[in-house]
Amino acid sequence: MTLPEYNFAYLDEQTKRMIRRAILKGIAIPGYQVPFASREMPMPYGWGTGGVQVTAAILGPDDVLKVIDQGADDTTNAVSIRAFFAKTANVATTTKTADATVIQTRHRIPEAPLSAGQVIVYQVPIPEPLRFLEPRETETRVMHGLEEYGLIHVKLYEDIAQHGHIATTYAYPVKVEDRYVMDPSPIPKFDNPKMNGSPALQLFGAGREKRIYALPPFTNVVSLDFEDHPFEVQKFKQPCALCNATGVYLDEVVTDDRGGRMYVCSDTDHCETRREEGHHGPGLPISGAQTVKEDAA
Amino acid sequence: MSTPNETRVEPASSGHVFEGGFADPVMDSQAVFRRVMNALAEPGTIADLAGFVSPPTPLSQATAAILLTLADYDTPVWFAKPENNDDAIGWMSFHTGAPRTADVFRASFAVLEKMSPVEAWSSFLIGTSDYPDRSTTLLLPVESLVGGEPLKLTGPGIETQTVIAPVGLPEGFVAVMAENRAAYPLGLDVLLVCGGEAIGLPRTTRIEEA
Ligand SMILES: [Zn+2]
Repeated sequence: MTLPEYNFAYLDEQTKRMIRRAILKGIAIPGYQVPFASREMPMPYGWGTGGVQVTAAILGPDDVLKVIDQGADDTTNAVSIRAFFAKTANVATTTKTADATVIQTRHRIPEAPLSAGQVIVYQVPIPEPLRFLEPRETETRVMHGLEEYGLIHVKLYEDIAQHGHIATTYAYPVKVEDRYVMDPSPIPKFDNPKMNGSPALQLFGAGREKRIYALPPFTNVVSLDFEDHPFEVQKFKQPCALCNATGVYLDEVVTDDRGGRMYVCSDTDHCETRREEGHHGPGLPISGAQTVKEDAA
Repeated sequence: MSTPNETRVEPASSGHVFEGGFADPVMDSQAVFRRVMNALAEPGTIADLAGFVSPPTPLSQATAAILLTLADYDTPVWFAKPENNDDAIGWMSFHTGAPRTADVFRASFAVLEKMSPVEAWSSFLIGTSDYPDRSTTLLLPVESLVGGEPLKLTGPGIETQTVIAPVGLPEGFVAVMAENRAAYPLGLDVLLVCGGEAIGLPRTTRIEEA
């Protein structure tokens, strides 16, 4: 008998247990950042090692895993993480949001509503919403403990004074169950309303900063705002050029080298599913056009 | 986990402490964890934890499966009646490596008795304002998870409300859980256990007589 060269889902059992305990505390205290002893993973931190560790701790052989990066299933990051778990945990993978039991994501929440029983795992670079206002961890802990969130409101209000509106467009802070202010990870604020009352369990992992936090299903998640400047999501003037979807988050893509541009769904599965259903937008067909995806952030 | 080559000193009475653990520790602990995770994420739902372990009495299958999944040398386990749990403590120590603690204020997990007096629960850890996660998780056995007086649950994890009706809750349970809820984000998280089943009641859950 030859021993496998790696553990199931890569992590050793002691590490999984420690992460699992942190996940349960996170579920019991929605929006609170639970410290955990992050492990080195065989990929760089920028690749979402916190999310990867959370996924590794929950994943079982019956799961169907979807991995997205900026909404797309086919970026290097998403493909690598999917391959990593297909190899180490032997799980089935999918690009279809509806077929996934576990969705690991960087920068987006799928357009298709999530359903009960699904788990979405966010890769988080900076979990502390107060970090840019207060660099000291001891201080931010005290601020969360005392619910001292005045500074973050001041920061948002300075936006309004300077730009006439709140300029923060991603990683837009939310308040959870009227208690903890939480960083939703660098999703566009367009996705913030999807977190509120979602029937899915939402887990957040930050590898470099060693934090795990969670939103149980049907948790109250409110984007911070002001009475005279209520929270608003981004609106797009045109539908998706490929599938004609409206009310979705669009990325601008370059279609040729003469400055041609179009706007298409950032959620590639959503876009493909709609096209399979027969929808098509003004930009179809574009045979031979080179599309270069731009960074949404 | 522990291999047969490891030597451990066990109480003389507990030759069977080596038996009855997870048949497949990696896969079984994953399966139990997901069920416990769902139980705490969706308070009031009954998690089926039966058939994973065969613990010595008086440990229930649910308590034993939860301990084997979550406890290790970092998590002291407190037993309400250690004098009645020699075999259970030996079994738990062998399969998890977790120390049994006599100090209630060090307990990560507390294995309670049926009708546990709730006045004593104020000694458990409820965390601190900076670290509310440094708290004790209570494993509370009841006579049955169904068939009793209905209790209405609301809070995170519950869409509108849900009803549980366990039999054999300690006197004052609803009141002490209301105090627990009022201390949020500090507080105790509770798992009601009976046989091979468990119900999660995290500190966020509001419990009222229906
Ligand atoms: Zn589209």
